[in-house]
Amino acid sequence: MDATSSAEKLPAKADAREEALIRRVQNGEREVFYELVQPYERRLYAAAFAILRNQHDAEDAAQEAILKALKNLKQFRFEARFSTWLIQITINEARMRRRKEHADVMEPIGEYREDEGTYTPRDFADWREIPSESLERTEVRKLLLEALATLGVKYREIFILRDVNHLSIEEVSEMLGISRASVKTRLLRARLMLRDLLAPKMSSGWFSTSTLPKGEKPW
Amino acid sequence: MVENCEQVWREVSNYIENDLDPALRAGMDEHLRQCPKCRSVLEGTRNIVRLYGDERLFQVPLGFSWRLRHKLAGAQPTWQSVGFGWLVAAAAMTLIVGGFVLANSSSRAHPAVLSHMAAPAKPLPEGLIVVVAEHGKLFHLAKCDYIHAEGTFVRTMTAQEALREGYAPCLRCLGEYVMKVALDFARRRGLAV
Repeated sequence: MDATSSAEKLPAKADAREEALIRRVQNGEREVFYELVQPYERRLYAAAFAILRNQHDAEDAAQEAILKALKNLKQFRFEARFSTWLIQITINEARMRRRKEHADVMEPIGEYREDEGTYTPRDFADWREIPSESLERTEVRKLLLEALATLGVKYREIFILRDVNHLSIEEVSEMLGISRASVKTRLLRARLMLRDLLAPKMSSGWFSTSTLPKGEKPW
Repeated sequence: MVENCEQVWREVSNYIENDLDPALRAGMDEHLRQCPKCRSVLEGTRNIVRLYGDERLFQVPLGFSWRLRHKLAGAQPTWQSVGFGWLVAAAAMTLIVGGFVLANSSSRAHPAVLSHMAAPAKPLPEGLIVVVAEHGKLFHLAKCDYIHAEGTFVRTMTAQEALREGYAPCLRCLGEYVMKVALDFARRRGLAV
């Protein structure tokens, strides 16, 4: 699938400032390209990480995708959001690298399960709300990323696009070339699987009772 | 009306995203009030969406931005030169391939080329004035250093006439000519300085 053409089918508009920057780059001011992509660095890195599950590979893929975006920017016709177009290129780049470099790697949980049927949650412990401040802690971020990495790639991709990059169901469906129903089914499964994976830690109070200096709150 | 827990689990994503018809949502609300298992599933899923949606979770590696800017700076001149390079390469290739095509296709209508080292080319303007040296096999631009015309008679003719008589273009002077045309074209299009 051609990254630069498929993403452009999505109906959306870049905002005015972004559009002005894109036109400047298209007219030869390539030195402002970084200004254009800088707000999306994190999202592109996350998209690549979802597929490659490795910090170095994800960085390489995201940066290569950005270079390809620069090379192909003249073809961008404002028929899609610029961010969506960038993410599409990144997804394609990461998928290509995964095929090339990780062909022999076994895919983890859920990759070969059928989407049909109801996913049955395994843990029903009473969870309280986990404060967002807990994300300031490295071990919490590590735990969440490790849990995500155990999902099959088809769940990781959709979860990252929807819940991390906040694309709409329609955009994810268009980007991955699958139906809206499949996107919703896989998204539900990804969320429930992550919930099951993290449930023992969350419900047992891991987030709040791990070793902390006396008097210091966990978040 | 929600009849069982499975129905709640199937719809928990849609519930969080507020993508349910009002009747089903009301039914789920009623079920959730009475079912601690389903409340656990709902709250746990909400936690997942909220935590993974937080910008602090995915942070680019240290130095990511610097390395990216470095790569972008390195890529910029390449983009210009690639475009121009392709233009020149395409022009040169056209000259060579066109020459072979013409030599092969017109061998019956016209005399064979006089040199086995070169071949005539299509892209040259037919009215271009060129010179040929007596006993020579190539046609040249007038100032070409490779005419080898000492002591011989030099004739002037158009490129079309030279091709018709079986002369082949000199790849040095006419190659430079094609390059110059390509460069002028590139400058007009802003592809080269």
